[in-house]
Amino acid sequence: MQRPLPSGKPLFELQQEDDNTLTVVLHGRADITTAPTLIRQLPASVPSDQRIQQLKVDFAHVTQFDDYGAMVVLRLVQMLQLNHDQLSFVNLAADHEKTLALVDFGQPDCRIPSHKSGNLIIQLGDATISIFRGGAFFIEFIGAMVFSLVRVFRRPRSFRAGDTIAYMKTTGVDALPVVGLITFLLGLIMAFMSSLQLSQFGANLYVASLVSLAMVSELGPIMTAIVVAGRSGSAYAAEISTMKISEEIDALVVMGFDPNVFLVLPRVVAAMVVVPLLTVFASIFAVAGGLVIGVLMLNLSPGAYINQSLDALSLFEVMWGLSKSVVFALLIALTGCFRGMQARGGAAAVGSAATSAVVTSIFLIILFDSVFAVIRSYW
Amino acid sequence: MGAQDIIRVENLAVVYGEDHVLDKVNFTVNKGEIFIIVGGSGSGKSTLMRHMIGLEQPAGGKVFIGETDIAASGENAVSRALRRIGVLFQASALLGSMTVAENVALPITEFSGLPAEAVAAMVQIKLSLVSLECYGDHLPSEISGGMKKRAGLARAMALNPDILFLDEPSAGLDPVTAAEIDRLILHINQTLGTTIVIVTHDLDSIFAVGQRAIMLGRETGNIIARGAPADLRDHDPDPEVRRFFTRRPPDA
Repeated sequence: MQRPLPSGKPLFELQQEDDNTLTVVLHGRADITTAPTLIRQLPASVPSDQRIQQLKVDFAHVTQFDDYGAMVVLRLVQMLQLNHDQLSFVNLAADHEKTLALVDFGQPDCRIPSHKSGNLIIQLGDATISIFRGGAFFIEFIGAMVFSLVRVFRRPRSFRAGDTIAYMKTTGVDALPVVGLITFLLGLIMAFMSSLQLSQFGANLYVASLVSLAMVSELGPIMTAIVVAGRSGSAYAAEISTMKISEEIDALVVMGFDPNVFLVLPRVVAAMVVVPLLTVFASIFAVAGGLVIGVLMLNLSPGAYINQSLDALSLFEVMWGLSKSVVFALLIALTGCFRGMQARGGAAAVGSAATSAVVTSIFLIILFDSVFAVIRSYW
Repeated sequence: MGAQDIIRVENLAVVYGEDHVLDKVNFTVNKGEIFIIVGGSGSGKSTLMRHMIGLEQPAGGKVFIGETDIAASGENAVSRALRRIGVLFQASALLGSMTVAENVALPITEFSGLPAEAVAAMVQIKLSLVSLECYGDHLPSEISGGMKKRAGLARAMALNPDILFLDEPSAGLDPVTAAEIDRLILHINQTLGTTIVIVTHDLDSIFAVGQRAIMLGRETGNIIARGAPADLRDHDPDPEVRRFFTRRPPDA
């Protein structure tokens, strides 16, 4: 019984001597070029109604054969659920034999346990354990920071002042243009939107108070912190995680340095110094933004606008806003460094450290801002 | 081009700024041979390989893979020519976010046109070629350096390339693992007839697998010796070449 292919150049023919034995005669190429065709046609043309017990593959007419051709035979063997001794090859050339030797027609004998667990309960447990580990690591990190601080106070020379100044530049000075632009526009928008309401009561002058009060005590610290988290928190995490995965931190430890003193403390100190300063600038820029609207649209004189802005503020408001921004700076720097220290693995770990540093610090900024609001209401 | 050549490098010149890294480099690689590029650190071995696989454009000269000049031909012709080569990078360059099996499956899925189950079967065959059939579901970060090299080799071999480029295949491996890689290289060369170009300075590997070698000079930026590795060690007129192949510092 012969079954030539219905169309095209036949790559194979099937010969069936009896119900149990099937012979596949391959023609021409059985390699990477013909494998896609073979894999679609060959298993489909095997009669499915009979139980094949013996498969013979005839290589007499094969011109090219590689492991892709062997894979087609392997798939056929798997489909017919045959085992190794039910498969035989006829008219093998030496080349074909070499290629076939590369292919294991039985099941691979793996003693390495597959560690991928499909089990939902195991996955849930793993996730829970890793959350607790993360929490424990955070507590450890904070504890180590406290010890590092003590160490620096006892030996002030170990504090890396040069690094701290460099981080002040990258975190503070370099961030000034973007913080300034954002808060200038924010002041502009706030003044414009509030003037729409306040002008109805002829209370245009209070636009100035609104902008300065809102910026100094609330929006200035938050906006600055969010920009710094995006710019520098992510950078801290990326830098430290890269150092972590390339064993640079291990090298520091072995040389007798405390990585927290060397890497974390300068960043934390730098951020805590420059973020409040940035916040001051942010408020000034916002007032300037409001001033533009006040002068150009509300017919206020610059002097009156600035006076009203200053009158609205008390020293308490200013200090309140600045102390918030110190806390935000601490949160951003600690989170960035913590996520960096937590990184494990390869290049992907750096990316996820940077991402989670930004997400975590923005979340913490908002959370602590509401804590501040609660504290203030009971003040 | 002779019938035997599969790669031909003609007058290749590479200039970085003022620095002539390679200058007037000429050689051919024959079909089916194991060809070694050696040279001291900083002699431009890896640069030469990067030009041979089309990653960088030369300042002058030609690189032929088969009949295609990969420095001057159109995008399609170059991409067809590059389909004939497989590359094992020094650090294996496995994609860290994918398992070993997914790394090997990547080129097969993209270029072979096979359905998913057939790709999986093919991946298994390729992994068993490098004895990693049981490590398909591991991530690259979970296997050893030698296994990463083997996985990288399986990926480089995925589409049965005519030419395999190996950049320092035994760097950073222990002697036994390095010898295993050498044996694998010979096995691939003998069973599949793949032409193999190896950039290395591991002398054991050079003598174990190399059939023909060229050596790049550190100052000159061109080829200072060519021939069978053992001949270069024993008979080359240049003392720098003999020192290199016998691992002796200049004053010894």
